Amino acid sequence: MKIRIQAEDLSFHYTDEEDNAISPEILKDLSLTLEAGSFVAVLGANGCGKSTFAKHMNGILIPTGGKMLIGEMDTADERYAYDIRQHVGMVFQNPDNQIVATIVEEDVAFGSENLGVPPEEIRQRVDDALKAVDMYAYRMHAPSQLSGGQKQRVAIAGIIAMRPSCIVLDEPTAMLDPKGRQEIMKTIRMLNQEYGITIVLITHYMEEAVQADRVIVMGDGNVLLDDVPEEVFSHVEEMKQAGLDVPQVTELVYELQKSGVQLDSRIITEEACTKALLELFA
Amino acid sequence: MLKDITIGQFFPGDSAVHKMDARFKLCMTLLFIVMLFMGKHLYSLIFGIVFCVLALVLSKIPFRLIWKSIRVLLPILAVTAVLDIFLIDGGDTVFKWHFIEITSDGVKTALLMVIRILVLLAGTSLLTYTTSPIALTDAIERLLNPLKKIHVPVHAFAMMMTIALRFIPTLLEETDKIMTAQKARGASFSEGNLLQRARSLVPILVPLFVSAFRRAEELATAMECRCYRGDVGRTKMRQLKAAGRDYAAMAVTLILFGTALVVKIIF
Amino acid sequence: MAVIEVKDLTYRYGIGTPFEKTAVDHVQLTIPTGAYVGIIGHTGSGKSTLIQHLNGLLQPTEGTVMLDGKDIWADKAEMRQVRFRVGLVFQYPEYQIFEETVFRDIAFGPKNMGLSEDEIHARVKEIAGIVGISDDMLEHSPFLLSGGQKRRVAIAGVMAMRPEVLILDEPTAGLDPRGREEILCEIDLYRKKTGATILLVSHSMEDVARHAEHILVMNKGSVFCYDTVQRVFSRAGELQKIGLAVPQITRVCAALRQNGLAIDENIYTVEQAKEQLLKLLRQKGVNRGC
Repeated sequence: MKIRIQAEDLSFHYTDEEDNAISPEILKDLSLTLEAGSFVAVLGANGCGKSTFAKHMNGILIPTGGKMLIGEMDTADERYAYDIRQHVGMVFQNPDNQIVATIVEEDVAFGSENLGVPPEEIRQRVDDALKAVDMYAYRMHAPSQLSGGQKQRVAIAGIIAMRPSCIVLDEPTAMLDPKGRQEIMKTIRMLNQEYGITIVLITHYMEEAVQADRVIVMGDGNVLLDDVPEEVFSHVEEMKQAGLDVPQVTELVYELQKSGVQLDSRIITEEACTKALLELFA
Repeated sequence: MLKDITIGQFFPGDSAVHKMDARFKLCMTLLFIVMLFMGKHLYSLIFGIVFCVLALVLSKIPFRLIWKSIRVLLPILAVTAVLDIFLIDGGDTVFKWHFIEITSDGVKTALLMVIRILVLLAGTSLLTYTTSPIALTDAIERLLNPLKKIHVPVHAFAMMMTIALRFIPTLLEETDKIMTAQKARGASFSEGNLLQRARSLVPILVPLFVSAFRRAEELATAMECRCYRGDVGRTKMRQLKAAGRDYAAMAVTLILFGTALVVKIIF
Repeated sequence: MAVIEVKDLTYRYGIGTPFEKTAVDHVQLTIPTGAYVGIIGHTGSGKSTLIQHLNGLLQPTEGTVMLDGKDIWADKAEMRQVRFRVGLVFQYPEYQIFEETVFRDIAFGPKNMGLSEDEIHARVKEIAGIVGISDDMLEHSPFLLSGGQKRRVAIAGVMAMRPEVLILDEPTAGLDPRGREEILCEIDLYRKKTGATILLVSHSMEDVARHAEHILVMNKGSVFCYDTVQRVFSRAGELQKIGLAVPQITRVCAALRQNGLAIDENIYTVEQAKEQLLKLLRQKGVNRGC
């Protein structure tokens, strides 16, 4: 199913039982539309509200102002709570703290079991999901026997088995080594391209954001920049001010431009950079 | 050192015992325990021993693994046996030297106790060795299902057990890490009197608790994100289906149990 | 003068079981006093095992670890002194914080050293200044701080012992780009103020390239290479063969060179690349536009 995610003037602060604000405004009139099937990277310094925004996408948090719509479903409407969570899956930073069961395949089944899927179908979904993330050979392992990247792939499989239309990943690679990071990025791209699943990837790694079709930069509870990666990263000064980085090649191009060299500033990959520099010398 | 604990561990395998329905295994283990404690005589142990040996052979679990779990308790067992031998009076005197007197009843009680406990340990560790923790929890949940009618939170207990089992290795590893890190800051855990030693645990326990709470909170959110809402409308991938081998094994167990019962009543 | 000398270090674990493994295999290593060494390698390459030997948390199966020319295992009673002199910051150090106030947590190490109250106070203040912890923050509970601030408190806790050798195992893991750079600058500042030797374990080649002077590459329990940053990155091809990344800029320069551009082979920062390219452009007399 194709489902569009829409935030309309979203505001959020934490409240106590009597609805008094007990935190400053974390999201401030945030409006965004995420098209079905897209691959969106969300960047922002710590505390910019990106994790809070992520938790709104599946109704774990309910906006204090504005609306969050998943397709036609409003997250504030309790009747939709489980439908929304089935449609929008979440993967978190620490792979250890999201695996429930003591055996890989049991954990992958957990979500589908909660949804009340018939047993034979769960079996099928679990096998499919484990094959999709390339963890089928490990289906009988205990989570403690796996590497970080493998655990994170198990967590992703658990979400895929719920047949979501969108997966939100909140810094899924922050605790992984480079090898684990590559595994996760490969899996994410495959899910987006082959399964058509909408991907929302929150990350601190620019080389990961470069792979998305769209990059949203958040700062202070709102959107600072929102465009294709080439455009977003060409705003080198703004990115640095937001506490972020740009790929080294983009920085090089920016620095050369400052010294008067004429180059296209929309360069974010090694290949494009090499090509542009060679043309300069041709 | 913390990683060496094997009690309650599962050793995956493909034997008939591994494949059995955990509910049957659990019930049979209960019958086995009753069988062991039923008789007062040495020969009444024979039924429990037969059961245990049969199960052990069929499970293809190497005896050395069973021995490993038994070994831990041997010292305690030895001490109790010695106390039994010297303190229990009755029957014929087997040995006498000054005030020390060993009677046949003492020896019998000690033997009975030692064999009983050894077989008990072997049989029950066989259950955990051949049954994955999750299958075991699952079986307990299903066997206790009738209790849900009187509002016993069976599912919640089973879930808690699963999560506890899942996080034991994680928290052990974490404890190791925290200890090493505090040692690097000059903490020592083996110096001073009792009070000082207790106090030296604070730098380990506080971070451990903080981390456990953080993990619990994150896990709760992750479970919520995966539509967890207790056992309302929940299905299970693993269907426990009793097969021919389960009924056959249960029949054998019941025959053994019945015979043991008859023997107890008659003699 | 070498502050640390590792001779023929081997570490095996699980000896006598089927799980026996050699984590570190006959490693020779000399760390000059005051050096800044970046340590890189895959997970399981032995780098974490190696650094835990340098302050005696692990005992070598074979070989010796010398601190200032003395075997650290020669006198076990001196081991605590070794740990104060060789400070080790583990991964995610904020998970070891336990005291009620930031001040007391930073003071834990110095207190274990048996320093006087005044000395402890002075050290905590000094280190707090280095890692950017304000005076009023010192009286707060560390558990209420943000992730990045907690990390600083934890690092300060080791720095306050004022170790001559400071080893950090991925101190920037999980932080945002600004947080990463701040921590690395604070390490530089500590080094400048104390003249300490720094060993930085990192997965980020860019970070290592910017801050370290030497690089130790570990692979499969052995030293793959150990040299200056320039010379290590000039072997980019070999590093990539064992599955390690080199900075993006180094890869671009390698590609340019392959296409016939006369650019140096040991470029690893944007700054260097820029200078080289501008120089080459001037030589070519390429029109630099406006």
